[in-house]
Amino acid sequence: MAGKKSARAESHRDLLRQMLRIRRFEERCVELYSGEKIRGFMHLYIGEEAVAVGVSHALTADDVVVSTYREHGHALIRGVPATTIMAEMYGKATGCSRGRGGSMHLFDVARRFYGGNAIVGGGLPLAVGLALADKMQDRNRVTVCFFGDGAVAEGEFHECLNLAALWRLPVLFACENNLYAMGTALARSHAQTDLALRAAGYGVAAWPVDGMDVLAVADAAARAAEAIRAGAGPHLVESRTYRFRAHSMYDPDRYRSKQEIEQWKKRDPIDALVASMKAEREITDDDLAVLEKEISEEIDHAVAFAEQAPVEPVEDLSRFVYSETSETSGRARVGPVEAAS
Amino acid sequence: MSAANTITYREAMREAIREALRRDDRVFLMGEDVGAYGGCFAVSLGLLEEFGPERVRDTPLSEAAFVGAGIGAALGGMRPIVEIMTVNFSLLALDQILNNAATLLHMSGGQLNVPLVIRMTTGAGRQLAAQHSHSLEGWYAHIPGLRILAPATVEDARGMLWPALEDPDPVLIFEHGSLYGVSGQPGPGQVDITSAALRRSGKDVTLIAYGGTTGKALAAADVLSAEGTEADVVDLRVLRPLDDATIMESVGRTHRAVIVDEGWRSGGLSAEIGIRIAEQAFYQLDAPIQRVCTAEVPIPYARHLEEAALPQVPSIVAAAREAVAS
Ligand SMILES: Cc1ncc(C[n+]2csc(CCOP(=O)(O)OP(=O)(O)O)c2C)c(N)n1
Ligand SMILES: [Mg+2]
Repeated sequence: MAGKKSARAESHRDLLRQMLRIRRFEERCVELYSGEKIRGFMHLYIGEEAVAVGVSHALTADDVVVSTYREHGHALIRGVPATTIMAEMYGKATGCSRGRGGSMHLFDVARRFYGGNAIVGGGLPLAVGLALADKMQDRNRVTVCFFGDGAVAEGEFHECLNLAALWRLPVLFACENNLYAMGTALARSHAQTDLALRAAGYGVAAWPVDGMDVLAVADAAARAAEAIRAGAGPHLVESRTYRFRAHSMYDPDRYRSKQEIEQWKKRDPIDALVASMKAEREITDDDLAVLEKEISEEIDHAVAFAEQAPVEPVEDLSRFVYSETSETSGRARVGPVEAAS
Repeated sequence: MSAANTITYREAMREAIREALRRDDRVFLMGEDVGAYGGCFAVSLGLLEEFGPERVRDTPLSEAAFVGAGIGAALGGMRPIVEIMTVNFSLLALDQILNNAATLLHMSGGQLNVPLVIRMTTGAGRQLAAQHSHSLEGWYAHIPGLRILAPATVEDARGMLWPALEDPDPVLIFEHGSLYGVSGQPGPGQVDITSAALRRSGKDVTLIAYGGTTGKALAAADVLSAEGTEADVVDLRVLRPLDDATIMESVGRTHRAVIVDEGWRSGGLSAEIGIRIAEQAFYQLDAPIQRVCTAEVPIPYARHLEEAALPQVPSIVAAAREAVAS
C-alpha cells in the first residue's frame, strides 16, 4: 500500500517538474526576447503545460511526436536538451536545427521529435505518414500529433482523420483546444464547437478532457495510447485549455478581456497540481524550493550554452538543401532517420 | 514632403480598403483575423467596427475554402477582397487560385468572369524562417489569367486596390512585409495597374526591382552615384503582364541591366525578365545581364544567415559595378 502511494507521489512529482520546466524555460525566453537574443515569431505555451506533460506521460522513448510552432514545451518534455533548444532560439550552430529553424522549427530526430511546424495543420499528414511507416514495418509505436483548435478547421485535419481511421493507423491526435486561433474565438470559427464530436464523423474515438488538470490529461492519453498500441486505430484527445499569454510576441491581445484571462489563471495547472499534492502531503515547500532551484540551474546552463555557442559560418548557408554526398562513393548519405530501429 | 500628408504603407492599404467598402456595396473583405484581431499585420484595424461583421468577415483557418468562396462570390456578383495572411499559406489555396480563378473564364468560353482581389504578404527579412519568408509571387506571375501587382510605395499601396477591383479578372496584390511601417505620400488616389515606373533616372545602368527590393535598388543607386555611376531604377509594379516597353526603353538608354529579385534565381521571375531583354534588346546590351536574387536555400532563421541569403544593397552595387566595368 505504502509502495503504491509513494509511486503515485513520485509520478506526481515528475509531472510537476516537467510543467515547471516548461513554465520557467518560457519565462526566461520572454526576458531573452525583450533583450533581442531571441527573434522572429515566438509562441508561448504558458498555461497549457498540462497538455504536453500529460500526453507525453503516455509515451515511450520510441514513440514519435509531431508538433506545431508552439512547441518549446513538447520538445523539452520529449527530451530535447534545454541547451540545444535555447541555442536554436539564439540562431546558433549548436542549436537543435543548426540555427536554421528558430523557435518555430525545433527538430531532434534522435529524440523522435519531428518538429515544430509553422503551417497550421501542416504536421497532421506527416504524423499519419510516420504512423503508416510504423505499421508497414511492424513497429508497435504511437505517433502523437499536437495541433490547435484552429487547425481543426483546415481541410488537412479532416483528410487526415479519415485516412488514419481508414487505415487504422497508430496516431494519437492531441488537440490543444485553447479556445482561440490567434484572435478568432472558437465559436467564431467553428459551427460545431464540440471538437471531439467532429472526430466521430470519421469513426475516430475521441475524448474531451480538462486540459488544466494534468492528471486527467495523463489518464486520457494513457487510455488512448493503450488502445492504439493494441491495434484499435487512431484516437483523439481534446484537451480544453487556455493560453495565458498573447498568441505571439507580436500580438497586442485585443480580442479577449482581461477578466477572462484572470479567470483562467485561477485554474493554473501548476498551482492546481501543487495544491493537490500538498493536500496529499506529497510535497513540501522545501521540496518545491529544491525543484525550482534545479530547474533554474538547468535554464541558466542552457542560456550560458547558447550565449557562448558559435554561429554557423556564412559559407555553410547552402548546406542541407540537398543531402550531402560522400566524396568516395558519390552516393547520397541518408540522414539518421529510423536508423536506430 | 510635408509630414502632415505622410502616412504609412499599412495605413495606405487600410485607407484603400475603407474607400472601396464605402464606394461599392458589393465589396467585402474576408480572411483569417481580419476582423476582431485587426489583421495579422494590422492592415484592417478598425474596419470591423466601421463596417460590421458582414463586410469585414473573419474566416476559420481554411485557405482553400475561403479563397474558393471568394471566387464563388465573385461569380455571384460580389467584389470580394480576400486576404491571405502570407504567400506561404496561399499554397493551401493554390488549387483554387490556379484551377478555378485563373481558368474559369477560358474554360467556360468567356462566360465566367472572376472579379476577385486577393491580397497577401510576401518576403523575408524578419527572422521568421522557412515557412514564413518566401517570395513566391514569381510563381503566380507564371499563371495566365491572373494580374499580379507588387506595390512598392505608399502611393501604390493606396492607389492600386480600386483599379484592381474594377478589373473583371482576378488580381493578386503582394505586399512585402518589410514595407508596412514605411511612410510616404499617398498621392491623389488611383494609379495605373499596367505599367512599370521609373523611380530614378541615370544613364549608366538599369536596376530592375519590385516590391521589397525597390528600396534596396534605390539605396544602391545612391551608393553608385557617389562613385560616379548613374543608375536608372525601374520598379516593375506589375509582375504580370510585364511592362516590357518600360524595361526595354531603359536598357536601350543605359545598355546595361541588373535584375534584383527576392525570389530564387532558378526558373524565377528574374530569368523571365533576363530572357525578355535578350530577346528584345540583345543588340542594345554592352555587358552581360546581371542578377541579384535570393540564395537557393529555404530562408534560414539565424540573422546572419538570412541576411546573407537575401539581395542586399552591397550585392546590388557589386553587380552594377560588374555590369559597368565590362
Ligand atoms: C496555413 C496557415 N494559415 C495561417 C497561419 C497563421 N497562424 C499561425 S498560428 C494561427 C492560429 C492557429 O490556432 P490554433 O490551431 O488554435 O493553435 P494555437 O495557436 O491556438 O496553439 C494562425 C492563424 C499559419 N501559420 N498557417
Ligand atoms: Mg488555439
